[in-house]
Amino acid sequence: MDGQAVVDRAPGADLSALEAQVQQLQAQVDALRVQLPDNRLSMVVFSGDLDRVLAAFVIASGAAASGMEVSMFFTFWGLTALRQKRTTRGKTLFQKLMGWMTPVGLRGLGVSKMNFGGVGAKMLRAMMRQQGVPQPEAMAQMARELGVRIVACQMSMDVMGIRKEELIDGVEVGGVATFLGDATRSKTTLFI
Amino acid sequence: MEIRYDVEVDARGLQCPMPIVNARKTFQTLQSGQTLRVLATDPGSVNDFKGWANMVADAELVAQETAEMDGKTVYVHYVRKK
Repeated sequence: MDGQAVVDRAPGADLSALEAQVQQLQAQVDALRVQLPDNRLSMVVFSGDLDRVLAAFVIASGAAASGMEVSMFFTFWGLTALRQKRTTRGKTLFQKLMGWMTPVGLRGLGVSKMNFGGVGAKMLRAMMRQQGVPQPEAMAQMARELGVRIVACQMSMDVMGIRKEELIDGVEVGGVATFLGDATRSKTTLFI
Repeated sequence: MEIRYDVEVDARGLQCPMPIVNARKTFQTLQSGQTLRVLATDPGSVNDFKGWANMVADAELVAQETAEMDGKTVYVHYVRKK
């Protein structure tokens, strides 16, 4: 009698236990999916050296061309690569000096070695031209056309006195959480 | 070796990362089952297309070969859209 009762009850009980287990597993899978990295590359571009910034844009373009989502965070000297003009309005003395002493855009950047007051950068550009390598400006343009996200660091902009209107169009402004938000979902993270 | 292809990208004379950037643009326009042929003179493109095909989910590297064209070594890549 007892055995029969167990058999009668068992399928329903097993089923609801299974359903509960499936739901639990589903919740775990959903939670894991959120933590799973995207097919994304995140870069911090700290350097304002032409050669390093160039490397960053080559990697960004290559990754975007391979179907990756790409985020580039420009901070400190890296911000100079994003400038398109110089303003002094509303800046402190130090910020004005900083603005005058730092380059405006890729065109003004020097190379990290053998720059010799900008001659090195000119030479590198000429050598790239000879080899059919696109100029840094074209490389940056291409990265943006491929949908690379470009974020300027708000804190370093404030410290250095760089205003959003001094930067090229299409640049977002964000803080460390903007970078980390993308970096934690990335397969690859680089600091340049 | 004669491999059938539907569209061709001529990246001869271009340096990294242009062969894969140009290949991607055209690859996106392909229908499933179509094959893209890429001509490149950059020796690095041999490994680049291997890596590229690994990263692009719907790309399959069908074949790679070298050929002589206009007295230059050309690296030929065939990529099929899955």
